Amino acid sequence: MPRLKLSIEELHERALYVRRDIIALLARAQSGHSGGPLSSTDFSTALFFHEMNVNPVRVDDPSRDIWHFSIGHVTPVIYAQMAERGYFPLVDLLQFRQFSGHLQGHPSKHDTPGIEVSSGSLGQGLSVSCGMAMGSRMDGASRRVYCVMGDGEQQEGQIWEAAMFAAHYKLEHLCGIIDYNRKQIDGDVQDVMGIAPLGDKWRSFGWHVIDIDGHDMTQILGAFEEARNTRGKPSVILARTVMGKGVSFMEEDFKWHGVPPSPEQAEQALREMGTSLEEWTERLMGFANPEVAPGMRPKP
Amino acid sequence: MSGSSVTAAVPVGIDLAKPEMKRTREGFGHGLVDLGERRKDVVVLVGDLTGSTNVNYFQQKFPERFIEVGIAEQNMMCVAAGLAAVGKVPFLATYGAFASCRSADQIRVTVAYTDLPVKIGGAHGGISVGPDGATHQAMEEISIIRSIPNMKMIVPCDYWETRKATVAMADDPNPNYIRFGREPVPVVTGPETPFTIGKANLLREGHDLAIIACGVMVYEALVAAQELEARGIHARVLNMHTIKPLDKDAIQRAAKDCGAIVTAEEHQIHGGLGGAVAETVVQLHPVPMELVAVQDRFGRSGKQDELMAAFGIKAPDIVRAADRVLARKHPR
Repeated sequence: MPRLKLSIEELHERALYVRRDIIALLARAQSGHSGGPLSSTDFSTALFFHEMNVNPVRVDDPSRDIWHFSIGHVTPVIYAQMAERGYFPLVDLLQFRQFSGHLQGHPSKHDTPGIEVSSGSLGQGLSVSCGMAMGSRMDGASRRVYCVMGDGEQQEGQIWEAAMFAAHYKLEHLCGIIDYNRKQIDGDVQDVMGIAPLGDKWRSFGWHVIDIDGHDMTQILGAFEEARNTRGKPSVILARTVMGKGVSFMEEDFKWHGVPPSPEQAEQALREMGTSLEEWTERLMGFANPEVAPGMRPKP
Repeated sequence: MSGSSVTAAVPVGIDLAKPEMKRTREGFGHGLVDLGERRKDVVVLVGDLTGSTNVNYFQQKFPERFIEVGIAEQNMMCVAAGLAAVGKVPFLATYGAFASCRSADQIRVTVAYTDLPVKIGGAHGGISVGPDGATHQAMEEISIIRSIPNMKMIVPCDYWETRKATVAMADDPNPNYIRFGREPVPVVTGPETPFTIGKANLLREGHDLAIIACGVMVYEALVAAQELEARGIHARVLNMHTIKPLDKDAIQRAAKDCGAIVTAEEHQIHGGLGGAVAETVVQLHPVPMELVAVQDRFGRSGKQDELMAAFGIKAPDIVRAADRVLARKHPR
C-alpha cells in the first residue's frame, strides 16, 4: 500500500474537511473534545495523507506503518482522519459517542477496526509504541511507528520511562509527535505544571528533536522527512500549535479542551470554514457507502 | 467422583511429612525455556529482576528475544502490550506487588481493554516471601486482577504446575497473570499431572467437607485433610489453580456433595480465592463456608514458616476452620 503523498495544497484542503468533520460530529454528539482535535488536525492530515503507508481496507496489512494516539481524547480528529482516509464510511462520524455506533469516546480496538491499541489513560501510548517498534524490528520489518502525544501529557512519569527505553534501544524508526498547544484542562500548561524547556528535556533523553510550527504544512512534511532520515536514535516533533485552530472563538482558549460546540456555535464555526452544518452533515450522510473510493474520499 | 469438570489427579507417592521442596519461580523460568524452544513468537521482558524471577534461563538461551526494561514496571507493561499488538507473545516478569498494584491502570486500559495476549509473571507472591517484609509480599493480586475484564488469573501450587501453567498461558489468546513465589515449596504434582486453565484438579476425594485451595496452600490443605482423616472426617481437596475463569462446576459439585467448604489462600481475605468461591457458592448452591486467608493486614519480615503460622494460614488453621464449618453444617 503506497503512501498517498498529496500535495501541500491538497493537504490543506483535506485538513479543512477534517476540521469541518470534527465540528459536525461534535455538534451531533453534543459531547467530546474540541480544542486538541483542531490543534492536531494539520500534522495528522500530513500523517494520513502523505507520510504514512496505511491500508484502510486491510487494517492488519503486515507492510503497514503504525500510528497510535496516546492522547485518546482527541478521537474527533482520529475518527475524522480514519473516515476521510477510507477506514469506515463518513456517515459513521455522526454516531460518535452513541451507544449504537462503533466510535467510542476514547479509541477502542474492538469497536473500531484500524485502532491498533485502545487508549485513553494518558502517558501509556509512547510505551506501547516502543513495544510496536521493538517487535517490528525483531521481525526485520521496515515499518515506521508514529505516536501522537499531548503537551500536558508530558507531565505523566511513564512518558519519560518510555523516552529512556526508546533511546536506550535506538528505536530510530519511532517518531513521536507532541501537539504543543500549551493548554490543558486546568489552564496554561506552564501554570498547571511547567514542562519547559521541553526540547531540551527530550534532547537530554537522547532523542532527535525537531521543533516546528505545527500548522505549517511545509515544515510538517520536512519534519517527518528529517525524522525518517535520522539514524541511531528516535525522533520527536514538537509541533507548536494553537488549541482550537481554525475556529475564531476557540483559538487559544483552554476552556475548549473538553467541551463540544453548541449547535449555534457549530454553525458559526462551520460558516468560518466556508460551509454550514446542514451542508456538511449532508456531505457526511451522502458518503455512506464504503465502496466509494476506498482510501480517499472524493471532493464534496 | 463423577464430575466431568474435575480432573482426578490424586498425588501418588507424595510424602506429606517430608515432601520434595522446589521453587515455583524455577518452574516459571523452565516453562519459559520450554516455550522458547517451541514458539518463536515468545519474548520475555524483565524489570531489573532477571535472577530473582528466574528469567535468566530464557535470557541465556534466547538473548535476541529477551528485553531488559529496567526499573520501570508501567513502561514494561505497555511495551509488552505493543509487542503483543504486532504479533509477539510477551511474558513479563517482576515482583507481584509491582506487576499488579503499580501497573494496574496499564493492565486495565492498555492490556485488558485491548485484550492483548500479554502474559504477566508476578513473582514473590504471598507472605512466604519472608524476610523482605510487607512491601515485597504481594497479597492483593488475585482481587486486583480478577476484577478486570478479559484477565485470567492463575495461582499454581508447585514447581511442576507453574512450569505447565507458564506453557499453557502462551497458548491462551487472552491476557493472563501467573502468581508464583520465592522460597522452595512442597511438590505435590508431577510432570504428568494434567493442567488446563480453568479446570480444577481433584487431589483427594471426600464427602464431609471440601477444602478448596490455591498456591502453596494446596499442600497445607492436603496435610489438613490427612489430619482430619485420622479423626474420621473425609475432606475433599480441590486444587483451584485458576481463580479466573473459575471452575464453577467443580465448586457447585463440591457444595452439593460435601455441604461445607473451606477455602485456603496465601492472600488477603477480601476478593481473593475465598471471595471468588463464595460468589459462586451463594449463587449456585449455598452451604456454610470458612475462609483461611490473611486477615486484612500487611505482612512483615520473618521466616516463611513462622510467618505463615503467625498469619494463620498453616494446616492447623485449615483444620480449625474445618471444625468451625462442620459445626455450622451440623448444628449442635
